[in-house]
Amino acid sequence: MSRRGGKVALLGLVTAGFAFLYLPLVVLVLFSFNGSKLVSVWGGWSTKWYLELFSNEQILNAAWLSLKIAMINATGATLLGTMAGLVLARFGRFGGRALFTGLIAAPLVMPDVIIGISLLLTFVSMEQFIGWPHGRGIDTILIAHITFSTAYVAIVVQSRASGLDRSIEEAALDLGARPITAFLLITLPMLAPALASGWLLAFTLSLDDLVIASFVSGPGSSTLPMVIFSKVRLGVTPEINALATLLIGAVALAAGAATWIQIRRSTKA
Amino acid sequence: MAEAPASGPASTVAAGKSFWFSGKGAVAGIPYLWLFVFFLVPFAIVFRISLSEPMIAQPPYSPLFGADGSYQGSFFNYQLLFDDALFRGAYLNSLWVAGISTLVTLLIGYPMAYVIARARPLVRNLLLMAVMLPFWSSFLLRVYALKTIMADTGLVNGVLLNLGLIDAPIRMLQTDFALYVGISYTYLPFMILPLYATLERLDWSLVEAAEDLGCRPWKAFLLVTLPLSVPGMIAGAMLVFIPATGEFVIPNMLGASDTLMIGRMLWDTFFSERDWTLASSLAVVLLLLLVLPIMLFQIAESRREERA
Repeated sequence: MSRRGGKVALLGLVTAGFAFLYLPLVVLVLFSFNGSKLVSVWGGWSTKWYLELFSNEQILNAAWLSLKIAMINATGATLLGTMAGLVLARFGRFGGRALFTGLIAAPLVMPDVIIGISLLLTFVSMEQFIGWPHGRGIDTILIAHITFSTAYVAIVVQSRASGLDRSIEEAALDLGARPITAFLLITLPMLAPALASGWLLAFTLSLDDLVIASFVSGPGSSTLPMVIFSKVRLGVTPEINALATLLIGAVALAAGAATWIQIRRSTKA
Repeated sequence: MAEAPASGPASTVAAGKSFWFSGKGAVAGIPYLWLFVFFLVPFAIVFRISLSEPMIAQPPYSPLFGADGSYQGSFFNYQLLFDDALFRGAYLNSLWVAGISTLVTLLIGYPMAYVIARARPLVRNLLLMAVMLPFWSSFLLRVYALKTIMADTGLVNGVLLNLGLIDAPIRMLQTDFALYVGISYTYLPFMILPLYATLERLDWSLVEAAEDLGCRPWKAFLLVTLPLSVPGMIAGAMLVFIPATGEFVIPNMLGASDTLMIGRMLWDTFFSERDWTLASSLAVVLLLLLVLPIMLFQIAESRREERA
């Protein structure tokens, strides 16, 4: 194969890969405007599924609950994960470091069903022996979500922190700044992009979780994925397409804004 | 100073201890304690409950110690697992399906990661964003979209029927094919990102040197680029393979009702049959099967950490 032929083949493969990634999203968006309930039939453009979505109180309540959980989770996980990330990037060797690294890496790959059942049984045992938590609901979902989100935030913060130029911090310390002042005024602002992407990652992971939440939630605390799951199991539900389109729109908007900021920064620099 | 500082091994121990009693120890201690209590201890509790038998009680399992303090635990559930061909088959099939899907993901993801790593910085950032964007939108909804695409009355069959290429719809849903597609699709970003990270840091002058010395491009790729990207391939493969083995949503939504996938059987045992103890033993065995890949992943991770 000539060099040119190889390049064309490679680009073809990559284009096919991206098409594979995006086809389902396109289908969701397109069919959210389909007047017909059937996927195989095009019933003309319509926005009726959006109206139906906004009058479906079950979905709206679950969405609100999930947003609240996702925001509290993201904040908690960013706090814990930033500490953990700094420990990994900065603290060198200490007794128990190997286990700590394992506790950060394992949640990234651990199957959801294992995390879900083990946390549920832990909550049940804790209630039996120390009387807390009372039953299961928002707090148990939050504890579960913070636990796995922390690991993701820690990895994001760690990779940023180990790439930072330490000489600025050292300069501040040499000039008499106390360690805490140097951390707040120098390190933290430099870590800000990692904190922001860590927060967003934790927010998304929480909003996306079906399996773990199903194990550790109680009656009356059905999150959005739990409601979606019970609906799509029953059959075709076009208002879910409308919901998906809104979500994809929000994500695309945020991604577009982030890219725009990045491009502006790189052209300025 | 009244006393001379301790010397030798004693001072090393003291340094180790003083870490945990300093400000640094507090910063490390909080996340450590949290993950210890809510990630590590739960495994011990699952193991403990897997030794009980189901019982109509609150909670629904027998106590580990009888009223007289005698030990009542048994490997009853494990015996059940090993004797039942259905469970054995489910473990093997889960590993098989996850393995095939990981291979497919690697084959699709490698060229994408390669092109992204070799692109100009601006294009690179745009392409990376394009890889991440589907990941940021709901996993559940994307699997649902795949379901509508692959259904008997879905998009693919509709198009093929209308074009006259087929006479009857091809059955895709509720087959293993649907599982391969579903897993490769949803886990593709997890393969691309570590591969990209490795390829981006690769010393391309080595490849150029090989080509200058008369190596053909594809041969230089096979002899230089491919071996150097093995760490990224391992990290990506483990990020796909391990969670895919215990996957529940994809087999539930795309697979057949009798698909032998262990995540799904665990879920059904827990939620439908309400047998918490058998579900616990299913989780323990799954964890044991995954210990080796998890260790492989951690080694790849700590190498990455050292390089950083």
